[in-house]
Order: sequence, then structure tokens, then C-alpha cells
Amino acid sequence: MMAALTSMLSQYFQYPFVRYAFAVGILIALCSSLLGVTLVLKRFSFIGDGLSHVAFGALAVATVVNVQNDTLVVFPITVASAILLLRAGQNAKVKGDAAIAMVSVASLALGYLLLHLFSASSNISGDVCGTLFGATAILTLSAADVWLCFAMSLAVIVLFVCFYHKIFAVTFDETFARAIGVNVGGYNIFIATVIAVVIVLAMKLVGSLLISALVIFPALSAMRLYKSFRSVILFSACFSVCAAAIGMTVAILAGTPVGATIVTVDLLLFAICFALGGLRPHLGRA
Amino acid sequence: MALLECRDVTLAYEGHTVVENLSFCLEEGDYLCIVGENGSGKSTLIRTLLHLKKPSAGQILYGQGLQHKSIGYLPQQSAVPQDFPATVEEIVRSACLSRSGWRPFYTKEEKRQAEDNMRKTGVSHLAKRCCRELSGGQQQRVLLARALGAATKLLLLDEPVAGLDPQAGEGLYGLIEKLNRREKMTVIMVTHDVAAAVKYASHILHLAHRPLFFGTAAGYQQSDTGKSFMRWTKGEG
Repeated sequence: MMAALTSMLSQYFQYPFVRYAFAVGILIALCSSLLGVTLVLKRFSFIGDGLSHVAFGALAVATVVNVQNDTLVVFPITVASAILLLRAGQNAKVKGDAAIAMVSVASLALGYLLLHLFSASSNISGDVCGTLFGATAILTLSAADVWLCFAMSLAVIVLFVCFYHKIFAVTFDETFARAIGVNVGGYNIFIATVIAVVIVLAMKLVGSLLISALVIFPALSAMRLYKSFRSVILFSACFSVCAAAIGMTVAILAGTPVGATIVTVDLLLFAICFALGGLRPHLGRA
Repeated sequence: MALLECRDVTLAYEGHTVVENLSFCLEEGDYLCIVGENGSGKSTLIRTLLHLKKPSAGQILYGQGLQHKSIGYLPQQSAVPQDFPATVEEIVRSACLSRSGWRPFYTKEEKRQAEDNMRKTGVSHLAKRCCRELSGGQQQRVLLARALGAATKLLLLDEPVAGLDPQAGEGLYGLIEKLNRREKMTVIMVTHDVAAAVKYASHILHLAHRPLFFGTAAGYQQSDTGKSFMRWTKGEG
């Protein structure tokens, strides 16, 4: 049984698009988990969901106006929305969660409407389903897509490491950070931009409806077990990479949808971490 | 020149004046308590001294090489998230960011300084513990150690004992007094607790949208403002 599975796997891995999908999936999972801890602690868990809907709307626009490289349209729109939403948290007429919900449903509706009215495709429901749940996008990546994804993930990781202490300070206590001269506004915009980048990348992996799972499950599991910021970040990165690897392997072997399988694995691992944290409240170390 | 001087300062929120005609002067080593009722402009003054907000008129002058970002700030206890996974050490070290610029890591010297500050506030033994497991009094000591990390000369404390039990509050007052006496740290403290203010402070500023009193603590106890306010708060308590 085991041998049969292994040989089946190695057979699949001979195809370059499977290897691409695997590499990209793991990188995306890693990036989203790094940012996830900050988002959950800043009470912005839902922003991933909101932004992914914006990205869906932007993708619809790109499809309708028939742009060759849709990333060029999706990126700027998503980044702009991220900055607006994160800044709006402070002093806006419409408050944080309401603003996110509003932007999120509006872009989902407009995106679908645009596709319905103007798309040349014969299979609109199929396209929409693919974008929302990431059905096949991950298996149709070109080498250029993979390199773009690789470069961006690397940039996210390097920036995160460089600004790690500032991100900690801004997440923990904004007022104090501002008082000691940290450019809090600048870092909030930086965090928003990186989140937008991660979301656009993650859309390819799990589709826009499931992105939140990649952002929140690793962070919540890590916070259940560990007590220092550094170990929470490290554990959530490992958690996310493992969940993505297991999920993609299962999806390849069982032929299930990639995005939904990864999210299910995330959920199962989260349940295990939650139980461990409850059974032994002193398990967590610094 | 004094360490800190306010000249005829007016503070306002969206055109609504909160404090006006405020002038006072602080020398190195002073211990100033700002008292007054809720909404009298105490917290607004704190935010202004930290440069989180601009005065709408008047001047605030820092002397003797003091910069606004080297003021050690201790926020109200409720300001700190209660479920945050962070160790005491991580929190105390974060104060070094006031000087680290673009450098992405802490130097040995900065880590040693953080250790010193934890020792001064008596939380060294908690260094690896998570802040959410600590008592309110311990959390305030941790934040005080962080404030010391940013402070070169001046500590700014916003209701440091609010929400603490009397014993922990007394301990924190003792610690602040020690920092003021031994480390020559200048202290500005906003408080509701007039009894403690006249006991520990060298100077008192009583705010009610304008300064009702500024002078020494002894002078405040003799003044009409001080007498009536102390009688009033006693009656209330």
C-alpha cells in the first residue's frame, strides 16, 4: 500500500507543473503564516477575506478588459485597498470591520456582474468557481509565474526578518511605538502592502474564499501552544508549511480540490493544537 | 534652561479647546503629579508631551538635550492587550527601537541595558515568562522597565496604579520614588490619587481645563484649591 502510494507520488513529481505547484504552495503558506500572527493580534483576521474579494473583483476587471498579464491589474488595486482598509481602522466614517465587510461584498458582487455581462468565456460558472476556490490555477502555473511567486515570497520573508522587531513593537503597543519615534503609520502601510502581496499570491493556491484559513489557523494554533512572540511566529510558519505539504500531497493522491484539502488539513491540525493546549496548559514554553 | 517648559499652551481636539493658558516649568530631578477630574485635559497633555499631538497654540520646549522620543512612557494598564504572546524580555527590549534606526537586530549593549532595567524594576526573574500570565502589578513593572529603556531623563506615567490592588499600587509608588531619588529620573505622573500625589511628588499641577494650581506639593496642601480638592476626593472615596 505504502509502496504503491510512494511510487504514485514520485510518478506525479516527474511532471514539472506538479513540482511548481508544490514549491509555490509551500512558499505561499509560509508567507501568509508570518503575517497571520500580526493580523490576528491586531484584530484584523478578516482583512484577508476582504482583500481576497477585492482581488477577485480586480481579476474580473482584468478578464473583461482582456489584459494579458492580469497580475498587473490585480496587484495595484489590492494593495490600494489594503492600505485604505488598514488606515481606515483609525479614523474613518465607516469603522474597521464594517468597512472590510462593505468593500468585500461590493467587489465580489461587482466582479461577478462584470464577468456575467462582458466575459467572452463560454464557461463563466467554471471560471468563477475556479477563482473562488482555486480549483486548477495552481496546476496551470508557468515557469514565469513560479519565478514571480518565488521572488515575491523571498522579498516578503526578507522584509519580515529585517523589520521583525518593529513589527513586534507596532503590533504590541502602537502608542508606545509612536512615542519612541517609530514611524507607526509607515509600518502599517508596509504591513498592508505585504498582506496584499501575500493575498494575490495565495489566490492561486487556495482561491479567494479560502485565503483567511491560511492566515488565521497557523497563528491561532501557535498562540494556543507558545508564549513568546518569536516562538509563535516560528511555530506558525512550520505549522503552515506542514499543512500545505500534507494537503497538497493528499490532493494529488486522492484527486481532491487542492485549496479545500489544504484548509481541511489546517483545520485538523488546529484541532490537535487546541486539544494539546487545553490538556496541558503548562506545555507552552517561552 | 529647564528640562521641560510649557509656555502659554492651548490644547484642542477638532476645534474644541481642552486646556488653555497652561504654563509650567520642570527642572531635572523634579517629581510632578498632574491631578484633576476626569476630562480635565490630563491625558491630552500627556499625548502632547509625547508629540502624539500638536499644541494648537503656545510652545513646549525641551532643554538639556531631552528629545521627545527619549521620554519613557508608561501607559494606563488597560492599554496593553491581555492575550498577547510576548515574553517580558521581548517587551522590555522593544524600547531600544527608539535608537536602533534601520538596524534589524538588538546589540549586546542594548540587551544588557534591558537586563539592567528589568533588575531595577524587580522583574528579572520573570524575563522568560509570558506577560499574560503575570499579575497587574507585575505587568506594570514590566512596562516601567520598558519605559526606562527609552528614557534618558524623563518618565511620563499615565495613571500607573489604576486597577491595581492597594499593596501592588504602594509597591509601584515606592519603585517610582526610588527611580526619582537614586537614578535622578525626572517624573511626570497623571493620577487620581491626590493623597499619593502630595505624599510622593515635589510639585503638583491641578488641571481643570486651565491650571488651577502649579507649585510645590507642600504649597498645594496649604492652597484653597488643594484643600477643597482633597476634601472632595476624600468624601467621594
